[in-house]
Amino acid sequence: MSDVEKANGTASELPRELLDSVVIRFAGDSGDGMQLTGMQFTTATALMGNDLATFPDFPAEIRAPAGTTYGVSGFQIHFADHDILTPGDAPDVLVAMNPAALKVNLPELKRGGLLVVNTGAFTKGNLKKAGYDTNPLEDGSTDPYRLLDLDISKLSLNAVAELGLGAKDAGRTKNMWTLGLMFWLFGRDRQSTVDWLEKKFAKKPDIAQANILALNAGHIYGESAEMPSGIGVYQVPKAELEPGEYRNIDGNQALAWGLATGGKLASLPVFYGSYPITPASSLLHNLAKLKHLGVTTFQAEDEIAAVCAAIGASFGGAVGVTGTSGPGVALKGEAIGLAIATELPLIVCDVQRGGPSTGLPTKTEQSDLFQAVWGRNGDAPLIVLAAATPGDCFHMAIEAVRLSTKYMTPVVLLTDGYIANGAEPWKLPDLDAIAPFPVHFHTDTEGFFPFQRDPETLARVWAKPGTPGLQHRIGGLEKNQHSGHISYDPDNHHAMVKLRAQKVANVAKDVPEATLELGEAGGDVLVVGWGSTYGSIRQAVQHTMKKGAKVAHLHLRNIWPLPRGLEDLMKSFDKVIIAELNDGQLLKLLRAELLTDAIGHQKIAGQPFRVSELVEMIETHLPGGSDARPSAVA
Amino acid sequence: MTENAPLTKKDFSSDQEVRWCPGCGDYAILAAVQRTLPKVGATLENTVFISGIGCSSRFPYYMNTYGFHTIHGRAPAFATGLKVVRPDLDVWVISGDGDSLSIGGNHMLHVLRRNVNLQYLLFNNQIYGLTKGQYSPTSDVGQISPSSPYGSIDQPVTPVRIALGAGARFVARGYDVSKQLPDVLEAAHRFQGASFVEILQNCPVFNDGVFDLITDRKKGPQHQLWLEHGQPMTFGKNGEMGVRLNPQTLSAEIVTLGENGITEADLLVHDETNRNIAWLIADLPDVKALGVLYREDGPVYDESVRQQVQMAEERAKGADLKSLLREGHTWTVS
Repeated sequence: MSDVEKANGTASELPRELLDSVVIRFAGDSGDGMQLTGMQFTTATALMGNDLATFPDFPAEIRAPAGTTYGVSGFQIHFADHDILTPGDAPDVLVAMNPAALKVNLPELKRGGLLVVNTGAFTKGNLKKAGYDTNPLEDGSTDPYRLLDLDISKLSLNAVAELGLGAKDAGRTKNMWTLGLMFWLFGRDRQSTVDWLEKKFAKKPDIAQANILALNAGHIYGESAEMPSGIGVYQVPKAELEPGEYRNIDGNQALAWGLATGGKLASLPVFYGSYPITPASSLLHNLAKLKHLGVTTFQAEDEIAAVCAAIGASFGGAVGVTGTSGPGVALKGEAIGLAIATELPLIVCDVQRGGPSTGLPTKTEQSDLFQAVWGRNGDAPLIVLAAATPGDCFHMAIEAVRLSTKYMTPVVLLTDGYIANGAEPWKLPDLDAIAPFPVHFHTDTEGFFPFQRDPETLARVWAKPGTPGLQHRIGGLEKNQHSGHISYDPDNHHAMVKLRAQKVANVAKDVPEATLELGEAGGDVLVVGWGSTYGSIRQAVQHTMKKGAKVAHLHLRNIWPLPRGLEDLMKSFDKVIIAELNDGQLLKLLRAELLTDAIGHQKIAGQPFRVSELVEMIETHLPGGSDARPSAVA
Repeated sequence: MTENAPLTKKDFSSDQEVRWCPGCGDYAILAAVQRTLPKVGATLENTVFISGIGCSSRFPYYMNTYGFHTIHGRAPAFATGLKVVRPDLDVWVISGDGDSLSIGGNHMLHVLRRNVNLQYLLFNNQIYGLTKGQYSPTSDVGQISPSSPYGSIDQPVTPVRIALGAGARFVARGYDVSKQLPDVLEAAHRFQGASFVEILQNCPVFNDGVFDLITDRKKGPQHQLWLEHGQPMTFGKNGEMGVRLNPQTLSAEIVTLGENGITEADLLVHDETNRNIAWLIADLPDVKALGVLYREDGPVYDESVRQQVQMAEERAKGADLKSLLREGHTWTVS
């Protein structure tokens, strides 16, 4: 844990140790409710005024066999008295609800970190399932840490005994007991969780009561029991955040709200067609709640129907949107091509996960970049955007609606499991300050043909069915660039392919020029990132800058077309490193497009970058580092 | 055309040259549809034809309405999206046996069971025409084709039974050159919900004469069972044939009136609201039941969508985007 000074008493009358930031990881069986526990801790922490970032990490199985290491579900939260961008690297505090959770997570706990263990789950059987020959609580394995071992199973059962619940329901309260203890340790207010429990179990008041009893019991235990030496209570003061109204938001929620907002700004209804898939499903859940805000959702029979229905909706004059993950995008490829050929708006939200094939459904990765940019038959360009943070999903969704309707072309918006599920405090945007971009449908019958274009953007007119005198037919067959009739003419096809490419290329004039997030042009090392690695890269670059290095950070939100000014900026640096969570996809794209001799830094582990590993990597490339460019040019 | 002059078949014809093979059954179907639309009061601008891929799917190009020639098998999905946002439009899905029953089987199933308010015309020629003559999911066992030189070994499906099994609420059958086809189309158009119409269609190039038994001018009537709600099932030149329920096998059998003392009173009476009867007569040996096999009103998908939106709007009590952003916990940093 970081810097320490003694602060004066709080509610529990104990002096609280002052910390500037803490990383806590809650880990347990996938049925132990660790995600809920983490989310409740997050809400309470946000209400305390800390800045925070979270990282839920759970198995693909809904209920993997109990007690096994592959069934371990984790939720990490990083909160601080200052602006933070990532959920943290190694945890300061580990809560392990069973031996498997300890086995999986202990290696990452900081030496000297606080380890809270539920001894009630350390039975012979569970130890064996976790692969322990001896009990790690007794064989010295936990010596490097400050251990707080409690039989939470029993303590929580005792706390709810008076209600006479069944063993199953009573046993399920141990996560709330643990949460109560953690609230006490870090001085969080319980009320938000109490409110949430009362609402969630409004129809099962005894369950609500049991959970509240357990929550309070955990807190009371902290207040009254004597803690082992070295374990005290902590305080993390409020962060200095920009003034304004805040809330917690995860990426899929922000994306859903951004799409609804985009629809309003375009003065169009939004149609969302989707087939459930991890980690995009909550996007559908969020949008399904927005029927009163001009959003219609359609749970289609498959991925293909989902995108086709969205295109059908666009044909009818709505903003057609579909959302999925990598495998779903693969299935949608042909239909996306049709939207390109018929030049209709379409937004494809790709919440990326580990691939190929089913891959790592619940783990994060950035490996759909090629698929987004080039993954269709024929020369089929479209716009590709990438959101950087959970809150950024809101703004990029609006941008996707704007560009798709303005240029009459599909947009792929890339996010990933990490920002889709990760939460951060988000300053509520001023909706009145966002310029609307109302769509004007074509109604003029004079000289009408369906591929009439705006001379500047090259977007074709949008004439929707129901408009008298503008009856026309569109389809996937190549069309004459003037009449819109089917055409097999060789020159026409050449011209149409070029037209569609030019139209998408024109978008570069309409989006922000490439700029540095941090640092100055002309330095030694530029780290280029895209998507969800924003926070880790920024922090790593910030860290090395503080040490005096001439390093900079550039983050791409526009993947295709690339923003103007990118090439010049990159060329001004001695070395350019492209850091991404795949096998070098942006690297290859930039090399191909800009003939740049950039270097790749890749992590393909289903996990986000750690700040520390990026710092280490950057340092090897700085002058004097092991990978530094030789000073003399051969 | 003056403002209020009634529309004609010609108004619904586009300026595009029709490019089906000479003698193709699709010409007759196109004419029947173009004749039907003015009769049902359709307008050019509010009518949309959506097709997949195949010979049949060129159809929208020949209609002077809105049209969308989409991708193979997926027309029902496009149509569903369109109807959800634009229930005011009159949508026709045009598909073939390959498009609907092979590559697009899933979508046909779901558009029918959802009961989206549209007309679904399946042109069944029991062959893949556009790809030059391979056997299709409706081809008979033994069909010789480039991909089945020793005869097809696939068991064929019966389209109307697929529709009934999917929960379709309007199931009808006609054939390309039939004079009654516009009546069948008109009934399909009148129905609120997904109206499924199988149209037997001759492919003169790759499967010529496949329905001759049914469609032949002279012999055909002996094999056509035109259905009428509430009427006993009789057919044949002089109505001498009939359909009777065999109570032992629970199947429909063809009988001759007068033989073995059989009278009209022994025959099945068509009840188009009875799904079981529709199923029984869907696949008679050497006889095709034609007209409306099954029709029963039910909740219409696009209307249900609308109702839910309305309900959500009422419950939201004026909640807007600004209140959405403030849902749950928020806090102020000053």
